[in-house]
Amino acid sequence: MAADILSVLSGSPNPLTSLNSKRWNSLRHILERPGPFCKSDFTASAENLEALQTVLKILVIGAGGLGCELLKDLAMMGFGNLHVIDMDTIELSNLNRQFLFRRKDLGLSKAECAARFINERVPTCHVTSHFAKIQDFDESFYSQFHIIVCGLDSIVARRWINGMLISMLDYNEDGSVDPSTIIPLIDGGTEGFKGNARVILPGLTSCIECTLDLFPPQVTYPLCTIANTPRLPEHCIEYVKIIQWEKENPFSAPLDGDDPQHVAWVYERSLERANQYNISGITYRLVQGVIKNIIPAVASTNAVIAAACATEVFKLGTSCYDNMNNYMNFNDIEGIYTYTYPPEKSDTCLACSNTPQDLNVDDPNTTTLDDLIKILCESQRFQLKSPGLTTIIDGKNKTLYMSAVKSIEQQTRANLTMSLAELGLYDGASIMVSDVNMPTTIQLILKYHPNEVEMK
Amino acid sequence: MIKLFSLKQQKKDGEQLARTGQQKKASAAQLRIQKDINELNLPKTCATEFPDPNDLLNFKLTICPDEGFYRNGRFVFSFRVGPNYPHEPPKVKCETQVYHPNIDLEGNVCLNILREDWNPVLTISSIVYGLQFLFLEPNPEDPLNKEAADQLQSNRALFERNVLRAMQGHTVGDTQFEACLK
Repeated sequence: MAADILSVLSGSPNPLTSLNSKRWNSLRHILERPGPFCKSDFTASAENLEALQTVLKILVIGAGGLGCELLKDLAMMGFGNLHVIDMDTIELSNLNRQFLFRRKDLGLSKAECAARFINERVPTCHVTSHFAKIQDFDESFYSQFHIIVCGLDSIVARRWINGMLISMLDYNEDGSVDPSTIIPLIDGGTEGFKGNARVILPGLTSCIECTLDLFPPQVTYPLCTIANTPRLPEHCIEYVKIIQWEKENPFSAPLDGDDPQHVAWVYERSLERANQYNISGITYRLVQGVIKNIIPAVASTNAVIAAACATEVFKLGTSCYDNMNNYMNFNDIEGIYTYTYPPEKSDTCLACSNTPQDLNVDDPNTTTLDDLIKILCESQRFQLKSPGLTTIIDGKNKTLYMSAVKSIEQQTRANLTMSLAELGLYDGASIMVSDVNMPTTIQLILKYHPNEVEMK
Repeated sequence: MIKLFSLKQQKKDGEQLARTGQQKKASAAQLRIQKDINELNLPKTCATEFPDPNDLLNFKLTICPDEGFYRNGRFVFSFRVGPNYPHEPPKVKCETQVYHPNIDLEGNVCLNILREDWNPVLTISSIVYGLQFLFLEPNPEDPLNKEAADQLQSNRALFERNVLRAMQGHTVGDTQFEACLK
């Protein structure tokens, strides 16, 4: 016992001593006892806790309101190896709920401060920080994690990580997903007193893109109302933001909601405009809110949603219980309401419905792009009418051929007579094909069989 | 429920990169715009121009109305399609200065489907038709250029003359317009 306390106090990474520590007693009840509700692949054993501490590698995206809660929850739940990414720095208004930060941390990286705090406070957990955008990393980075959990405030970022995890899937010949390539994505989101938590198994359950219409649309006002018949203080602020800023460009820079000079300028102009139309209610805070699209944050909502997400990470990581199926809504404006249901996976989802299919080509040196288009139009399998083709080479989009738009047709016509090899299309390269005969753009993987009989 | 991974199996860095043929996947916005562009069926008064054929997210649209107040004019719009397309509409600006009730002198366009009534089922074609309609039926009820709207409501003949003067590159009110007749 004394040794345990010593090892904890000194931050000793010796897993054996810390694994026997009293702090894990509650977890042991779950991980070392079989039960009727356990998943079939669960074996009660002391190894489960050890795996939590030493094997499982979890990525937390975002170290803000949800991220702080998530890091704390996961660290206290026995996870020993966490990574966190956040591109933001700490602002004064974060401190009321982002409890891993202190006043002295203002202006510093959220990811770095959060990691330092957890590392000092929870000796059984090591957090690695990344002060960066998620887009700065590629799949070699994301593939090292067992589970990814998000506390984001942006739809763009959710769609990006969703698309990344789907692009990392491998498919079996029968079109089913190779389960070993699935990295589960747990996504939390809050807005005031409302929140949601969901479990996404890329390729198996509905993904972010399948259910894009669940996100609230951005509040927009008709431009003519803003310009001529403003009635709300927001109308006046939007006018200055959209029209006056561009016209006068006071700081010769795009409007930056984090620059107090910019906000002050918009505030003064908005106030002038509001006075012209006898509109009251313009405040500095409102101006800041409209410019930055600030969503009110409530600490208790973050705590509930993060706890739900962390529980799902724990269940997935240990197999101790079935996962939530798969989308939970939470609302505590009046009383408490939750509802959990599985949104359907969309057949036409641009991100996940699209099982890449192989397209066999005999010899890339003799097959031209025109031949390829003929195959797409004439084969029983595709029966396309006038396909548009693009690809990605060295990370950049390249339009191979498109007949619908004259300027593109003229500039890509020369590609038709080039061979696939000349176009830089290697074995395994994927091409994106759109056509009126298909509901979405599909992805085809080129498979070359030079000088060999194609086996059927 | 299938088994997702074995706890006893450590993940290795870059293990997936070893697979053959891995490459960046096209974004959802990219896949969708490719479909929109491939199915663009423009009226004969409209033409698109892609300065870089590999960049389907940025392009220009030219409208040359063959009837209405603006017949024989030539108006260029720029389209910028963001990463959130089709969840959010593209940003469309009129690059030709025009005397029009629903387009201001900075090129902002007041068209409902470009803002409050945008919906992900709409396409680039829908916007093209919407813009073309603005030239056939300028709407003085929803003005962005209030002087032009007032003129259209009070004196159609004068409005028509002003439109022509603007397209010829003369001044209307205090504004000097650029000539944009074909």
